[in-house]
Amino acid sequence: MADTATLDMAPAATATRIETGPRGAKPRKTFSRRNIFLYGTLIVVAVYYLLPLYVMVVTSLKGMPEIRLGNIFSPPVEITFEPWVKAWSQACTGLNCDGLSRGFWNSVRITVPSVILSIALASINGYALANWRFKGADLFFTILIVGAFIPYQVMIYPIVILLREIGLYGSLWGLVIVHSIFGMPILTLLFRNYFTSVPEELFKAARVDGAGFWGIYFRIMLPMSLPIFVVAIILQVTGIWNDFLFGVVYTRPDTYPMTVQLNNIVNSVQGVKEYNVNMAATILTGLVPLIVYFASGKLFVRGIAAGAVKG
Amino acid sequence: MVMAAGKPSVSIKDLSLNFGNVQVLQALNLDIAEGEFLVLLGPSGCGKSTLLNCIAGLLDISDGQIFINGKNVTWEEPKDRGIGMVFQSYALYPQMTVEGNLSFGLKTAGLPKDEIAKRIARASEILQIEPLLKRKPSALSGGQRQRVAIGRALVRDVDVFLFDEPLSNLDAKLRSELRVEIKRLHQRLANTMIYVTHDQIEALTLADRIAVMKGGVIQQLDAPQAIYNRPVNRFVADFLGSPSMNFISGQLEGGEKPHFKADGVSVPLDRYAFDKSSAATGACIFGIRPEHIAHGEQAAALPFSREIEVEIIEPMGSDMLVWTKLGGSNLTFRAEAEKPLKVGDRVIVGFDPARASLFDAPTGNRI
Repeated sequence: MADTATLDMAPAATATRIETGPRGAKPRKTFSRRNIFLYGTLIVVAVYYLLPLYVMVVTSLKGMPEIRLGNIFSPPVEITFEPWVKAWSQACTGLNCDGLSRGFWNSVRITVPSVILSIALASINGYALANWRFKGADLFFTILIVGAFIPYQVMIYPIVILLREIGLYGSLWGLVIVHSIFGMPILTLLFRNYFTSVPEELFKAARVDGAGFWGIYFRIMLPMSLPIFVVAIILQVTGIWNDFLFGVVYTRPDTYPMTVQLNNIVNSVQGVKEYNVNMAATILTGLVPLIVYFASGKLFVRGIAAGAVKG
Repeated sequence: MVMAAGKPSVSIKDLSLNFGNVQVLQALNLDIAEGEFLVLLGPSGCGKSTLLNCIAGLLDISDGQIFINGKNVTWEEPKDRGIGMVFQSYALYPQMTVEGNLSFGLKTAGLPKDEIAKRIARASEILQIEPLLKRKPSALSGGQRQRVAIGRALVRDVDVFLFDEPLSNLDAKLRSELRVEIKRLHQRLANTMIYVTHDQIEALTLADRIAVMKGGVIQQLDAPQAIYNRPVNRFVADFLGSPSMNFISGQLEGGEKPHFKADGVSVPLDRYAFDKSSAATGACIFGIRPEHIAHGEQAAALPFSREIEVEIIEPMGSDMLVWTKLGGSNLTFRAEAEKPLKVGDRVIVGFDPARASLFDAPTGNRI
């Protein structure tokens, strides 16, 4: 045994040890059937998804005469930003003719407090449910989760009455409260599951170190859970920004969020349909969630995967 | 139960804990002397970690009392009990540096800055973690992390240290290194330490006394050597010792000359120290540790010897474990690694029944 080993390591032997035939990494063809199918499918699906966006962008950059020609897929001959300016600052909805800008600021004023309030409440909720197991915690959690499965339509009218009774109906704050309530079940679930994945011994160690409910939350749990907060922020920003139903039900025309205003612009029955303005307005409305996705996409994926990887 | 010498540092009185209908701990009593190193040993699920969590105040107990340093702490918060705790998973705060981890509890307690610095300096000197103070736990190895975790208990300047399987996450080499370090730490600090483990080697090497637990009940509480030599029941005998004790089922025959009889084997028991003065008769289990069985020439001189056939040999480096049969049961014994033994060889084995343990077959208790 020892003899053969020394023989193998002799330099003369190493050069001739390789025999003819397959060697090293297996070669892969670029245009294999597998690759053609894979990339072919991906490209078709991508085109299918991106085509409407392309039509929107192209249409929004055309003048009305060019649109009337009917070639919706052709690129603009003469690029104009007129529809964008009109959509932002001149388009009429009802009595106001100051465009989407009013709705944009309304949406900002609705989204920011709603996101902060709902995430603050839900994270504390989830933390309490995950780490401070109190009597009836499971029951409480079940009730909360059941809330996620009740159709919104059922609750619209009761909430109208509730808001009217406390004098918040039609105000921005009324809508903020509604958004915070409806974000609660899914966000609490999200945070509870995340905090449950934090090792229990960490929590115990902090208790031995003398930290209380808030001390552990702010100084141990919060700094550890940036990924899940990013996920929650993305979910809430896009969800609340894109909301139409609550916006149209719980606010007045001068406090309408952007989505409701967009609908009013696009669905106005009087006058000519200005397709380019409508497209520009739609893109403007969708821009905020889009930016949020692009800016934090990486963190989002990391947050979604965070539960699977041990810290 | 052996009473601890000196004034008890930790005293547990009639402690019970139920999770719903499940009784995890049942009316448990335990006194731990000041400066004592007590090891709670048992298989997983025996309630040893639960007991430690109860002492720490991390679990609410169902009944009984806990005293630490003469003070009733049954209803106290963990931080007010005068304990420091080290966990199996280290449980270091991942976003803080080592220094932040050490100082967290002290800052929470509102200690002045210079006092915090002084204590951190002392702890990091004792544990030799000074070069690591500015690092995050993720940049430390397992052994370093556990050292920091011990440091976090150390800076609290407490009377009682609680260890919850602190070495189980480490590899074998580091484990034995840190084991010695914990022993050294105990000798230096002379604090009361309660140490939970399922590793009998850790228990035997570290403990002043071992409490062997099973099903939420302490089976035996005694010095390591006493538990090893005179286990009170079959469970303790089987759990402690590696390789584990040989057990042979048979009959105990009393009278003037008590004998153990099993499948053609008769072991004289006149040298065996019975627990009760009169030896009972009936079904019983004879236990003898592999290291107490001699072979070859030495064996022939012992009160009991017998020629047997070697069935399996397990070399272990320093020695080897030989498997054979005696009285219808498996029997293992240790032999020197150099011994020219082969499978199928016939060899004489023998032992002194004084070193054996006899257990009542139905109850498993020592006779």
